[in-house]
Amino acid sequence: MPQDITLHVNGKTKTISADPQEPLLYILREEFGLKGAKYGCGLLQCGACTVIADALAETTCVRPCASFEKVEITTLEGLSKNGELHPVQKAFIETQAAQCGYCVNGMIMTAVALLKENSSPTENEIREALNPVICRCGTHSRFIKAVKMASENIKS
Amino acid sequence: MEGVQHYNSSRRSFLKSTGHLLIGFNLLPLTFCQTKGSPNEIPPYSGIPFRPTIDNKLIDSWIRLDATGHLTVLSGKQELGQGIKIALIQIAAEELDINPDRCHIINSDTGQTPNEGFTAGSNSVEGSGSAIRQAAAEAKHHLLKMAAEKWSVNPENLSVEDGVIIANSGEKVSYWELLQGKYIEERISGDIKPKKPENYKYVGQPLHRDDIRKLVTGESHFVHDLQMPGMVHARVLHPPSYDATLESIDLTQVEALPGVLKVIRNGSFLAVVTEREYQAVKAREMLRELAVWKKSPIAILPRQLMDNVLTTSGKPEEVEISPGIAELISNSAIHHQADYFRPYHMHASMGPSCAVALWEPNLLTVWSATQGVYPVRDSIADLLSLSKEKVRCIGVPGSGCYGHNGADDVSGEVALIAKEFPGKHVRLQWMREDEHKWEPYGTTMAFRLSAGLDSAGKLLGWDSIVWSDSHSTRPNGSGGSFIAARSLDPPVEFRKGGWSGGSHRNGIPEYSFEAKQLHLFNYDGPLRTSSLRGLGAYANTFAMEAFMDELIHKAGKDPIDFRIKNLEDPRARAVLEELAQKTNWKNRSKSANNGFGVAYARYKNATSYFAVLAEVEIDKAAKNYKLKKLTGVIDSGLTINPDGLKNQTEGGMIQSASWTMLEEVQFDTNGITSVDWNTYPILRMKDVPEVEVHIIDRPEEKPMGAGEAAMGPVAAAISNAVFDATGSRVRNLPIKAEKIDWTKV
Repeated sequence: MPQDITLHVNGKTKTISADPQEPLLYILREEFGLKGAKYGCGLLQCGACTVIADALAETTCVRPCASFEKVEITTLEGLSKNGELHPVQKAFIETQAAQCGYCVNGMIMTAVALLKENSSPTENEIREALNPVICRCGTHSRFIKAVKMASENIKS
Repeated sequence: MEGVQHYNSSRRSFLKSTGHLLIGFNLLPLTFCQTKGSPNEIPPYSGIPFRPTIDNKLIDSWIRLDATGHLTVLSGKQELGQGIKIALIQIAAEELDINPDRCHIINSDTGQTPNEGFTAGSNSVEGSGSAIRQAAAEAKHHLLKMAAEKWSVNPENLSVEDGVIIANSGEKVSYWELLQGKYIEERISGDIKPKKPENYKYVGQPLHRDDIRKLVTGESHFVHDLQMPGMVHARVLHPPSYDATLESIDLTQVEALPGVLKVIRNGSFLAVVTEREYQAVKAREMLRELAVWKKSPIAILPRQLMDNVLTTSGKPEEVEISPGIAELISNSAIHHQADYFRPYHMHASMGPSCAVALWEPNLLTVWSATQGVYPVRDSIADLLSLSKEKVRCIGVPGSGCYGHNGADDVSGEVALIAKEFPGKHVRLQWMREDEHKWEPYGTTMAFRLSAGLDSAGKLLGWDSIVWSDSHSTRPNGSGGSFIAARSLDPPVEFRKGGWSGGSHRNGIPEYSFEAKQLHLFNYDGPLRTSSLRGLGAYANTFAMEAFMDELIHKAGKDPIDFRIKNLEDPRARAVLEELAQKTNWKNRSKSANNGFGVAYARYKNATSYFAVLAEVEIDKAAKNYKLKKLTGVIDSGLTINPDGLKNQTEGGMIQSASWTMLEEVQFDTNGITSVDWNTYPILRMKDVPEVEVHIIDRPEEKPMGAGEAAMGPVAAAISNAVFDATGSRVRNLPIKAEKIDWTKV
């Protein structure tokens, strides 16, 4: 049965009526109109649906929306501050790190969470962190380059 | 330049004198009256008025200048993540001398863009690019004539800066002021010469893709992201295997689920329409629990596949014949024969296919990520017995497809559903297992290669037999090309599609063998197949270049030198020479724990040249190997956008490495068992090699498609590097560590 669920997304609080078991991904896309997070597998295997939950990268295609009620959710659309893009977003543009771009949400959100925890990751740490996100176009080398660039820019 | 005359008459009479009249008024207000020239002052773009394409021979079909200071390019080719939008914009902006920031593009819409067939075969830059280049060059010619007439000067004395025509006297008028929102209805004559490459300003520059800005900010981009008013959601439940039929199902329980608007059963085709997307996911789960299927087993299993392919009966196609070649080879001082094999490979798109459709009384509109809006429109019309004019197919980017994935099938299915649920936008997305199980795979292939060399290493004879299923079952106007067609009641016969030249693409070596021969067996295999990036070129090149490596090894020659000596085309030699130089080949640091492999091919023996070096590292104790680095050199003629070319080539290299080292579609008698990313693993971040791409730019040569050039050579280079490191030839893809004989290491 639908029930009222209060979610905190990109600094805004909204109460919606939904099946509490409905995975957050569908709520973000339909109720909030936020299309950044994508459906990729629904099986926690590809990372296309990643958001930042509090400070951690979190997939949303399985975990029920009700379990996010006390969580601060940030989506790709919520990364920019006062009209300025996040350094990771800027670095993705600068390095033209996308082909089809379906995985880009997962890559960026995971990278943002990584850099919050570790502002100077090594290449191996970047690879390790981004490993859960699948990219089929083979843009990996650019993602690594972009995260390195963002790390440099955050530090300076 | 044609028609250089000093007119002193009105524009209208000038236009009359050319036999054409500019017609059709732009409905947008004329808000842009003064040209300022600086890209910072470009007014907002609000699109162009909808107008059906009339004829590919009209400039207006490709190029539209609106009243507000923008250029809109129309192309029948789809953006697939390959960066075609920016490349085509660069071409148009270049010819017209307009800042690319003023340029926009509409890709593939049967309502308004030219019919350019499929976005496939790395043909977009050559095909759409040259049409747009010519249309833009002719548009500029006409605009200059108009200005020349206005000022009574010779058009040759006019120059253009960002769309502003400037006379020697200092007078200025912009394209937009000249046209005042009218269309250029001139026909493309083909007589106007486009710009010379030495004058290029935008072509050849690494301009950024505007869609990447959208992607990183989460703006709507994909067909998956379309949000239409009142849109409802749908899911389909496919049969458990290809030919299974639905025996029975009780739909009432599903109909009673919350949010379910309609459950559709047509023969064995099952779909559900709901208010919310997740309701459709849940309802599909219930359909799956309730459906009782009559199964139809798959007769050939993966372990039998290679034998099954090699025993294809019938008469082979004689692609190239050389009488006496068997004797020539067997009498050669060095002669060798080997069999190579490729399993089924998946496109495995990251986003399961999605499409949106709206059924209205006189029009069915389908938003699709297809590679060919016109062929899919025609096929949908056939499936639903509609006239083509009653169907409009609008191309919207999908998740990268790399060929014929599920995008067409989902478009056919959403059309079937929309017909049953008219008046509302219906959005259908496949689930992960739908994409993995139902997409048409890149076919399994086998090769029996024989060759002979003399004792000095001179190439004498090359004989190959190729076995392949179809590489082309794309929608061709028949409703039967959609996978759902066979499930309907009555069923529309599923047409597998014909075999094609794709099977022996790159099958005949460019190397200077005295005699060459190729026979092709058309194999009718157990799984559905169609076009996957490179078609047969991937496996033909894998087999050929790995086999060349075997020959070179037997002859005791250097893999780069030997190839250079046996290739006549200087551009082929140049990519190998550049590779040797960039990788410091002669002084490579070979150790007991690594290996280097080289491969080369010119895609289709006719387009981009690509040479690659692979470096692998082995761990003998762990009986494993790792692909450390791929270095590629590409020559695609004139480079439109060097960063785009690099991006696509890097991607091709990594994707090919994934196919080559890991991938193989698994199935059993009950159907496909590679149903997700765990059962069909692909290369992930931790294991992707470092990639490096070098471009040989040739502005004097025509631009050539590049998206598929890397696939085959990378596969062979990895195989050759594994041999160099371990002494094992793995001729049976994928090159998994367990296929290496570690006792030989």
